[in-house]
Amino acid sequence: MAGIVADPDPVAPATTHAADPAGAPPGRIGPAALHRLRLPTQPLLRHGLLAVIAGAACYLLSVQVSSFSNFNIAEVAVYTIVIAGLALLVGGTGQVSLGHAALMCVGAYAYADLEAHNPHIPLAVGVIFATALTAAAGGIVGAAAARLRGPYLAGVTLALGLAVPQLADHYFSSDQGISVSFTPPSSVETNHWLAWICLLCALIVLFLIANLRTSRWARAFSAVRDDEIAASLAGINVARTQILGFVISAACAGLGGALLAIGDLGATSGSFPISLSILLIAGMVIGGTGTLVGAVWGGLLVVYGPIWLDDVVGSTTSQLGVNLPSIVFGALIVLVVIFLPDGIQGSLNRVVSRVQKRLQW
Amino acid sequence: MRLFFNYTLVGLTQGMIYAAVALGLVLAWRSTRILNFAQGAMAMVTTYVAETLLEHSVGYWEALVVAVAAGLVLGAVTERVVIRPVESRNPLNAVIVAIGVLIFLEASAAGIWGSQERGFPAPFSVIGYTVGGSGIEFTPFNLFVILAVLAMMGLLMALFRFTALGLRMRASAFSPEVAGMLGVRVKRLLTLGWALAAGVGALAGLFVAPSVFLFPQNMDEILIFGFTAAIIGGLDSPLGALVGGLVSGLALSYIGGYVGSSFTASGAVLLLVLVLMVRPSGLFSSSQARRV
Repeated sequence: MAGIVADPDPVAPATTHAADPAGAPPGRIGPAALHRLRLPTQPLLRHGLLAVIAGAACYLLSVQVSSFSNFNIAEVAVYTIVIAGLALLVGGTGQVSLGHAALMCVGAYAYADLEAHNPHIPLAVGVIFATALTAAAGGIVGAAAARLRGPYLAGVTLALGLAVPQLADHYFSSDQGISVSFTPPSSVETNHWLAWICLLCALIVLFLIANLRTSRWARAFSAVRDDEIAASLAGINVARTQILGFVISAACAGLGGALLAIGDLGATSGSFPISLSILLIAGMVIGGTGTLVGAVWGGLLVVYGPIWLDDVVGSTTSQLGVNLPSIVFGALIVLVVIFLPDGIQGSLNRVVSRVQKRLQW
Repeated sequence: MRLFFNYTLVGLTQGMIYAAVALGLVLAWRSTRILNFAQGAMAMVTTYVAETLLEHSVGYWEALVVAVAAGLVLGAVTERVVIRPVESRNPLNAVIVAIGVLIFLEASAAGIWGSQERGFPAPFSVIGYTVGGSGIEFTPFNLFVILAVLAMMGLLMALFRFTALGLRMRASAFSPEVAGMLGVRVKRLLTLGWALAAGVGALAGLFVAPSVFLFPQNMDEILIFGFTAAIIGGLDSPLGALVGGLVSGLALSYIGGYVGSSFTASGAVLLLVLVLMVRPSGLFSSSQARRV
């Protein structure tokens, strides 16, 4: 960010942006400080520029690190996509889904099954097909969900999270699932290519969601979340808005599931247990539900949290040592929610704005 | 016909177990309006406590009492230490805290007792009764489970309906502010609600363990079906938990038997959607979940 000069008039860009669905300051997708830098005020340009900068940074990071790290980077990108979509649902329309891994499962099997029947289909076509199919499935779930609230919706989605992998096992014959082939261009190492594909998808999704968040749809989402009756009095079709939220969120989950199938070289129902849905929700809340950067934190947490804890407290010498990382992980989730209720990004934003106030920027 | 009869008997016993799990969820929900996702994990831990006692040649009934007592303590401590700080915040935060507790308890159990499956004894025979010369899918242990859950439910209903403590608990669940102004120590009763919930859960854990074995995740799936039962029943009615448990137990047993065991979870989804389409807040809900 060194090349960008601080904006002498910080108020001007803020007034041109629509209200943020999560109640954070308007139009802001990064830490508060970013907002004060001279970025274009046009959302499309602004988000496009940020996406290009982030893309360049990710590319530089990816070529620097090992093949194994690139696999992890790909996973972070995948979970960022899914968590961003989940946050759009939970933070946007206020609907809770405890079965999002089921939608990822749909995306993974859709991609794998298409590829199994058409081995020469381009990767992009398969990914788009899987995304569209999962979006359609999300529409069906959303139609049922539009009648349900709070714990009732949570219960249905939780049962769905158990049902979909069961059905996948039943209809796709075995626990082994369907295998997927992945052949990168000969000049590029496999995991680097995978990471680039996943990062590209993540940037496209974040760019689209960032724009969506400044659109009238996002305002309809927040209106529905805050007060359904007031929203319908204002002419918003509540059910349709909630279904739209589910469709977009499901599309993100389907895309994530398809990419995960590509990375794992196959779709297996065992990759999408209830515990993954729950981990996604935890990653979302701890990252910070209201912001897009929170989704990136969430993705990092889901992938690197267990790895990092394994390095720090894990040991293979005793039964307790093997399980210690998970014990600490559970305790950390509890502590973070109690002491940082707005998640990592919410707390960072608060610290940054407090520092700014202190410095009289 | 014979098959139908057996599926019904299996469904009844399963339903009673779901009802016990649902009752625990309902008790926690009534007191704090929080879905206790750690309920299954708490029951798993108390079952391990009982198993450890049994290994040290303590009798079954003594172990049962200790397990329920451990459940009461575990529930109270969880509410007091980790749930209370998030009680008044966004409900999703409380759900995440409960999930954190779930991960913590399951990993701790694996760390202390190991993750391999263990057998767990039943206090009565698990060989089916014989009717008209052939065995049926109903054992003395199943009969005991059904009677024990019914007795527990009766005791709790008596507590809520006929005692001063029960009245205070109902008052603080119904309207915490007013109850507080009238001198009810609301916070303490919330803790008691969670303690009772975990105590009920501990019993459910002991009843489940003989058929599914004991391992750190042994309650995960049962919790989901118990959750289904609680929602069908309307989340805040103990009677609803019983009816919801029986309905889901029977429905899932028929679906598992006639359609196939791969369809039980889909059956639960279908059942939930059907019931909630007709009554969006469950069969026995006293208050509307939607604010109008």
